[in-house]
Amino acid sequence: MYTQFKILLIICFLQLIPVSHTLYFHISETERKCFIEEMPDDTLVIGKYKVELFDEKTNGYLPSTPGIGMHVEVKDPDDKIVLSKLYTNEGRFTFTSHTPGEHVICLYSNSTAWFGGQKLRVHLDIDIGEHAIDYERVGAQEKLTELQLRVRQLLDQVEQITKEQNYQRYREERFRATSESTNSRVLWWSLAQLIVLVIAGFWQMRHLKGFFEAKKLV
Amino acid sequence: MLKLSLPIPLFLIVFLLKQICCNELTFELPDNAKECFHEKLKIGSKYTLEFQVVTGGNYDVDVELKSPSGKILFQVQKKQYDQIERTADEDGVYQFCFSNEFSTYTHKVIYIDWRVDGDPEHEISSANPRVAEGALTMIESKVGNIHRNLESCIDYQTHHRLREATGRARAEDLQERVQIWSIGQFILIIIVAIGTVLLLRSFFTDRRTPSSMTWHR
Repeated sequence: MYTQFKILLIICFLQLIPVSHTLYFHISETERKCFIEEMPDDTLVIGKYKVELFDEKTNGYLPSTPGIGMHVEVKDPDDKIVLSKLYTNEGRFTFTSHTPGEHVICLYSNSTAWFGGQKLRVHLDIDIGEHAIDYERVGAQEKLTELQLRVRQLLDQVEQITKEQNYQRYREERFRATSESTNSRVLWWSLAQLIVLVIAGFWQMRHLKGFFEAKKLV
Repeated sequence: MLKLSLPIPLFLIVFLLKQICCNELTFELPDNAKECFHEKLKIGSKYTLEFQVVTGGNYDVDVELKSPSGKILFQVQKKQYDQIERTADEDGVYQFCFSNEFSTYTHKVIYIDWRVDGDPEHEISSANPRVAEGALTMIESKVGNIHRNLESCIDYQTHHRLREATGRARAEDLQERVQIWSIGQFILIIIVAIGTVLLLRSFFTDRRTPSSMTWHR
């Protein structure tokens, strides 16, 4: 019975080892790849990446190459840098958003080449909000039963929905402010242009009348 | 018996909570560019690709989905939004590409949602995970229902947010353009008014042209 328990536990933990089920894409050494993530404030973001270098000899990608580092730069909606760190070829970065809006996550390698360079394969996985929570760890830490863990997941999901609704209200407010500003700009600039046209007309007539009178042509 | 029953729920938690691997990304596709993403999939796994063009030009992009053997599974030209649900019939690296090569100067912002359901040999259907234990299983199935409904709620919210982002980007662009063009026209009116007067003055100044001579007579 104990061996059965051990086997089951081993199988459980084997599933926790991340299988290479991640999306990957190719960039060159000097290229900078950015991703835009729009999220409400107070949201946790966990990003995991792995970089592989193209090897001409085997015409494939080497699984791990020390010496290649990836620079991760995260900017908040006001263009302020939230996170800017250099990691090794396999890394995990975390940040929490403090302002709602579009955050930009940029990845580029620390290569010293000026242009061109070799091709890199980048595996990337970005988890936002409730996807970022590791339920196995939460369950183990707080010793919850399966049902309690599932209910916890539901609570987290509902919290994320609430945050997103609040963010939606904030965005709608901004949209309305933009529209009203456009409306008032159109009104005032049209009036200003009308007045300027009329004044220009009058000035032209007066100036030319005076000019022709001085020239004794009229 | 108690010792054995502990890892079983843990087993189930691991599968039910870690089953679906998802990746939501929004990236900018420059004009005349093509971006490809790849993923290694096992035969029988279900994958879903959802994409939407958020901002840029006519809100369209070319999409292509290729199987490991090079067969084109899905290809569409100039589409704004679509959802593709397929089951992988072969092992290997699947790739999907977005192309903006038909556009000369507009760059597009594209949102993609890539979801893969786990390998079928490890998958446990969440409908009836274990032998019925009465009321507890009913709660669990209800909880599972709520979870699925909340997931679709979050999905709807995401789409609403994307549509709103499209509208908002247009509105902000319009606001900027109204400002720039209004100032430009204002300055142009003043320049044209002064220019006309100066030009007319130059016709009648300091020149013994036949027209001015005839005018005097």
